[in-house]
Amino acid sequence: MKAVFRHELSSYFTGVTGYVFGAFVLLFTGIYTMVYNLQSASVNFEYVLGSMSFVFLIIVPIATMRILAEERRQKTDQLLYSLPITMTQVVLGKFAALMVVFAVPLAIVCLYPLVLSAFGNVYLPAAYSAIVGFFFLGMALISIGVYISSVTESQAVAAGVCFVVMLVNYFLGDLAGFASSTAYSSLAALALTALILCFVVYWMTKNGFASLILAAVLEAGLIGWYLVDSSRFEGLFPAIISKLSLFERFYTIVNGVFDVTAIVYYLSIAGFFLFLSVQSMEKRRWSE
Amino acid sequence: MIEVNHLTKRYGGHTAVDDLSFTVETGQIYGFLGPNGAGKSTTMNIMTGCLAATSGKVTIDGFDIFEDAAQAKRRIGYLPEQPPLYLDRTPKEYLRFVARAKGIPEKEIPAQLEQVMNQTGTLDVANRLMKNLSKGYRQRVGIAQAVLGNPEIIILDEPTVGLDPRQILEIRELIRSLGKNHTVLLSSHILSEVQQVCTTILILSKGRLVACDTPENLERLFAGKGTVELTVEAGETEIPGILAGVGHIVSSTVKHQEDGACAVTLELDAPAGNDICRDIFFAFSRAGKAIVRMTAGKASLEDIFLELTASEKEEGVQ
Repeated sequence: MKAVFRHELSSYFTGVTGYVFGAFVLLFTGIYTMVYNLQSASVNFEYVLGSMSFVFLIIVPIATMRILAEERRQKTDQLLYSLPITMTQVVLGKFAALMVVFAVPLAIVCLYPLVLSAFGNVYLPAAYSAIVGFFFLGMALISIGVYISSVTESQAVAAGVCFVVMLVNYFLGDLAGFASSTAYSSLAALALTALILCFVVYWMTKNGFASLILAAVLEAGLIGWYLVDSSRFEGLFPAIISKLSLFERFYTIVNGVFDVTAIVYYLSIAGFFLFLSVQSMEKRRWSE
Repeated sequence: MIEVNHLTKRYGGHTAVDDLSFTVETGQIYGFLGPNGAGKSTTMNIMTGCLAATSGKVTIDGFDIFEDAAQAKRRIGYLPEQPPLYLDRTPKEYLRFVARAKGIPEKEIPAQLEQVMNQTGTLDVANRLMKNLSKGYRQRVGIAQAVLGNPEIIILDEPTVGLDPRQILEIRELIRSLGKNHTVLLSSHILSEVQQVCTTILILSKGRLVACDTPENLERLFAGKGTVELTVEAGETEIPGILAGVGHIVSSTVKHQEDGACAVTLELDAPAGNDICRDIFFAFSRAGKAIVRMTAGKASLEDIFLELTASEKEEGVQ
């Protein structure tokens, strides 16, 4: 894992990606600090990070698009498969390198609240918990990007799909507000989601029988539950969506509540998608 | 030592490798020979853990390539058909990464890098980006990567494809020198290459092993069937009659030439020894026809290769 990590990290910094990534984060932090803290003379540094969370829409696709897709296209994955290292080590090494690339600009951002506190009464715990939250939010989003890169051979496709996924994620909270909250529409939306989920399972495993069984179980469960207790379905779908939204949880932290469950949630998401990435790399050996 | 046991790989309905079994002994250069699509690359990919077999297993020194992957992979160096290079890095950075991934202690890395780069002749380009290197140098860096860490077995998939004749000679020389300290398994669809470099030839066709022997033995095996080519000043129609009394002739093809003579090719069911040639000579001499040229030939590896792979093709159709 160390070998992959060091190789990957030096790739980021011998090439331009690492610097562009850092510059982007710093540029937007700079602009928002300027507007929020300097011009409006606000002491809340956490709002800077809250407002600029949209940078992930741009930096995550750029940072993750080539991470595994390019290995496949250049056929360097054959080297990784033939070396005495496991795919878990490869994925974790690459992910760790990416996290370092992400941590470097954040380390610089950590100085901002200190500088600001020399000129005003900055509440440092709130500012730093927002930075920590920002880091873990980034970790979760990057792991999703790594997974997307692992299923395709083309950087452009990886970047495009990743951007769309980030976009949906970003607006998930707002979308939840638009979703109808009657019991019946919640049922319909959940039933549709279950079908989409089964289709994704089918697409990944190519096992039609298992996917059909899964679909039948999920749909039957939903309908059964609806028949027993339809009042629970009232507003259920919007509630689930906003609970799932990665960004919504970060806004809670920005608003001054350091929610440990959010960090746990981010770590679980990261773990889940890294696990899927490893599986997707392993699977290539079987289906190629 | 590599043992391949009843290996089968299917892609959907297509069987790329069909119940393949063979053993690679230590200390020789093996040549994997077969036409395109015979399953050479697939077999090599399975042997190195890049691909999973549908059934069957591969063990390297007793370690299963899937069950004890780390142990097994430590014993092999692999150069795939397309050298797996990170084009935006230099050979030195790349080889350092491979050395670390192979678990070579950090202290020994500089010395080992120096050694393999010297061996493969890549020292001159050590610090150039690989995207600017020629195909020949890329191939060498690929070989350097496989040799790094001194694995017992080196597997090279078509190491000379796409190189110019001079580079081919150099790479062959390199492979020969590797064969002194390693077991080398290389694949090729070029017969003369395998013949020159390898001590044992494995001929693969339609995913099956059709022959496995030394080049000399293969030739001897097929030397039972000799050929005689001759040019005679006789009419096309007379020749079968003249040759009727000569034994061992299986078939003859006669071609009329512009100068009035005929080119005749005889296939025999025995080696084209002096006795048969003498009989042919006297047969024509009795008929008063002059033999102006006569050559006794033995089946070349080329013929063996063509025959083995062609007969397989017919079976495949049936």
